[in-house]
Amino acid sequence: MDFGFTISKPRSIEPTEAGKEQLRLLEEQVPTFRRCMNCGGCTATCSAGHFINFNIRKVHNLYRWGQYKELDEELQKCMLCGKCTLVCPRGVNLRSLIIHLRKALNKDHLSNDFQHFIRNNNR
Amino acid sequence: MDGKIISIQVAIIGGGPAGIEAASILSRYGVQVSLFEGESKWAHNIGNKFKLFPDFSSADELVQTLSQKIVENQIPAYLSTKIVALEKQKNAWVLTDEQGRSYVADTVLLATGYDIFDAKRKEELGYGIYNGVMTSVDLEAMLKTGKITNVLGEQPQCVTFLQCVGSRDEKIGNHYCSKVCCVTAVKQAIEVKKMSPQTDVFVFYMDLRMWGQGFEELYREAQEKYSIRFVRGRISEAASTFDDRVQIKAEDTLVGQPLKMSTDLLVLMVGMEASCGTKKLAACCGIDGEYGFALSKQPHLADNQTAQRGLFVAGACKRPMSISDAINDARAAATEIVEYLKIVPANKK
Amino acid sequence: MSSYFHPFILPFCIGTLVLFVIIAVKFYRWITTLDRKQKKNVWMSLLTVRVFPALWRIVKEIVKEVLLHVNITRYNWRMGYMHRSIALGWFLLIVTGFVETLFHFRGGGHLPWLGIFFRFFVRDYTYGISRVWADVMDLLLLYVLSGVSIAIFKSIYSRVVGIRKNTKLRWFDICLRYSLWLIFPMRLLSESCTAALTGNGGFLTQGIGDMLPTEFAQVMEVPFWTAYSTCLCVFFVLFPFSRYMHIFTEPLLIVFRSLGVRESSQPTGYTRMELNACSRCGICIDGCPLDKELKINDIQGVYLLRDVRHGLPHRNATENCLMCDQCVVDCPVGIEITEIRKQERNKGALDTHDNYRFLDSIQSFNAIGRIAYFGGCMSHLTPGVTESMKKIFDAVGQKYWMMDEDKTICCGRPLLQQGFIAQAAELRRKNAHLIVESHAQYLVTSCPICYQSFKKEYNLPIKVIHHTEYLAALIRLGKLKPHKTGLKVAYHDPCELGRGCNIYDEPREVLQAVAELARVQKEREHSICCGHSLGNTALDVEKQDKVRDAALRNLKADHPDLIATACPMCKKAFQRDRYTTVKDIAELIAEQL
Repeated sequence: MDFGFTISKPRSIEPTEAGKEQLRLLEEQVPTFRRCMNCGGCTATCSAGHFINFNIRKVHNLYRWGQYKELDEELQKCMLCGKCTLVCPRGVNLRSLIIHLRKALNKDHLSNDFQHFIRNNNR
Repeated sequence: MDGKIISIQVAIIGGGPAGIEAASILSRYGVQVSLFEGESKWAHNIGNKFKLFPDFSSADELVQTLSQKIVENQIPAYLSTKIVALEKQKNAWVLTDEQGRSYVADTVLLATGYDIFDAKRKEELGYGIYNGVMTSVDLEAMLKTGKITNVLGEQPQCVTFLQCVGSRDEKIGNHYCSKVCCVTAVKQAIEVKKMSPQTDVFVFYMDLRMWGQGFEELYREAQEKYSIRFVRGRISEAASTFDDRVQIKAEDTLVGQPLKMSTDLLVLMVGMEASCGTKKLAACCGIDGEYGFALSKQPHLADNQTAQRGLFVAGACKRPMSISDAINDARAAATEIVEYLKIVPANKK
Repeated sequence: MSSYFHPFILPFCIGTLVLFVIIAVKFYRWITTLDRKQKKNVWMSLLTVRVFPALWRIVKEIVKEVLLHVNITRYNWRMGYMHRSIALGWFLLIVTGFVETLFHFRGGGHLPWLGIFFRFFVRDYTYGISRVWADVMDLLLLYVLSGVSIAIFKSIYSRVVGIRKNTKLRWFDICLRYSLWLIFPMRLLSESCTAALTGNGGFLTQGIGDMLPTEFAQVMEVPFWTAYSTCLCVFFVLFPFSRYMHIFTEPLLIVFRSLGVRESSQPTGYTRMELNACSRCGICIDGCPLDKELKINDIQGVYLLRDVRHGLPHRNATENCLMCDQCVVDCPVGIEITEIRKQERNKGALDTHDNYRFLDSIQSFNAIGRIAYFGGCMSHLTPGVTESMKKIFDAVGQKYWMMDEDKTICCGRPLLQQGFIAQAAELRRKNAHLIVESHAQYLVTSCPICYQSFKKEYNLPIKVIHHTEYLAALIRLGKLKPHKTGLKVAYHDPCELGRGCNIYDEPREVLQAVAELARVQKEREHSICCGHSLGNTALDVEKQDKVRDAALRNLKADHPDLIATACPMCKKAFQRDRYTTVKDIAELIAEQL
């Protein structure tokens, strides 16, 4: 319904239960993900990141907070070359993380409930 | 037994700050000690430094003072005597040095300290490959000359420090924090700025751990007074540029963007690893802990004792430690040893 | 009713008929579902002069592998004997039986089952030359029985044949195995009974027959023959659905392979042939580092092929593999296990198009008269390798263009290995464009992963060589004269370079110019993977390190001064170990210029 005005959504992150569940599932599949200390080594060495502003660290942090908007398109820039995995000082299995993130975000792999959730939480 | 064997009450292995301090205290208590050092100089790791944090006092002076203690207390001290084996025989410890000489001691204090992480193992950072890449130890040597220069011998436009090289890194198997590098980088950055005020100085860090007295103030001073730039991000790779500078790739994680810049000098803040002697001797008597460091009996109340009776540990052979911590730890060890010697009945000695 | 008929032959006849119908249907389906490229290859081989070498290969391979089992024997002679005795023995039993029948009936005109049940129907065959036939048939039966008894022992204790582990079988295969094992003892008993009554047996059957009481033989003769026929029937009807399908599939596979058919990126009829040609011998388990070091025992080739063939769930089996190709090298049937695994890894909807537009900005370089040098993504983390190569290029006065000095477009192989086929193709297009545009003379690469990709997946108009090949050529030509050192070096064969591209000699040749080679127990095609292979995303570093440790133990057995390798990935893996000194071959050469 159009009331002639809109209420702007707050820009702050609001963690949701569904988002937490989604993160828990990812952490179960890629247990080393929990170890990340955000040093940025992965982004620094990223082959794709040398061409464009592709930031794998930022992508997974957004995922942590349930901010899924455009993450899938962003992740498609990865060439899976494995340099990030090779420099990570905490031994995070980044290649596995990227593949699982893409599975988690791809609409063909998602349950309808979660697609609905993404649509409503990503404005 | 042949005449070569020398009998000692307390043998202290390692002539660094911990070893010397413990020796001098014990000898003041009237304990008969002997001090063994594998290198040809006392406290050689300190001797390689220029000034010490947090007060910028001279490293050479500290070495001087420590050496003086050996002389003043007339401690039998053996330089260039590398102990390579340590073995318990009944109630005594048998020490063997590289030349095959043996020493018998009632009690042993292990103060074998640390070695610097070999930065060549982090090949992607280009140490030993690119001229502009050096370690924090190399920088101390340069600071000692009183002049900061780039590869071409000119004043550098930019000097970049990278923290946690060889520490907190699963890739080389050292998960621990080396503790002193954070503040050392701040100290060195200030020194560079003092010698070469025109130079831009960057410090790349993952976390800055300013844990000691005066450290946080030093950090603040570095920012405020010396305009040293602190960047939160880890440098992943280095390459050389056509003009023999070093190109580094990192991410400014606070901005969230990849960062590429070139610098005249890249200083790797190399961490501490258990020294060769520590690894060897700790393994000899079964007190080797993680990463080859010596393992104390208990971290709170028995941090100088070990699983072996009559074998004590002090200083950076247990874990990365600052000089002042090592000296304090040596004093604690000395107290423990005095206690120990009292309770051992005379006939068992 | 003919005197050459008895109801007990019915199970056998029905079984055989069913068997051939099922096999015909299956073969027809597989052959018709080859993809276009594969069909084209077949016709190209059939309709050109290539048909002659192909035919020769077919005959040679079928005799060598289906009958003699040369590959298995080479891998392990005891297991080879087991397979050979059953396959060759049974084959000869059938052929000899058939010839014997022909001989007896002076040419054709006899009933088809007579060759199988000859002794029962031709009871007066006791004179002259017939004794020789009987002895030959008994000898063959004994040969088969020796194989069957080894198989029975092996099922209890696999070390009997020198294999670490038996394949875990489905209950269906286990039942069928018992029916196979029963066939030959049943034949022995039946023929012995008949021999007891008629005296037409050879040294073995007559020997046993003479020991049997006549009453027993009289009562048991028909039941034993019936049991024999029934065992054959059960086995024949069920075996197209079991692992024994390999008996008939392997010759078919050999035919199509010899006609130039290879796996495609998608499963085809040829894939079905490969899946059915697996006898589940378990040799792929024997060499698998994941089984040996990590006790991961459900992902090996045999299980992947089984699960894909029977449509069982197999995600873990698909993903958790180093793709080190040890099993591919060891497989006696020559099944392209890694290719099938890649097909199964196909990411489907995740494999998106048009992802890498941002790479269009990168410009090619006019490299006429130069060579192109591609370090590879990993080599940015091993500057020791690239800097050494640059030093060597300069030393021999070779002008070069380092394609990825600053930025690298990945070769695409890592994506391909993970089943992102379209994305990998896009990267290949970008790199191929850069290389072709540059007009460089040839391409040198330092990374075996890229090397294999450029060589096999790219179809480039210029020659692609690995830096070890390049260095070997320079040394051979006398352009590079490195000083000899006293070092003793253990060489680690990277999977992608060795098993992947068959480059074993050049690295050793180069190393011998500067150092002495240490003895390494498992080397060349048996080299143990460094564990950090890009083919695997499922293993975490702690587990990868365990495989690496096995590789290091193998390399260090002869106490070398250092370990040399020719792959940045392996180098990184070994560098993780604090007690290991590892250098690339290029570094060792550059140091000694």
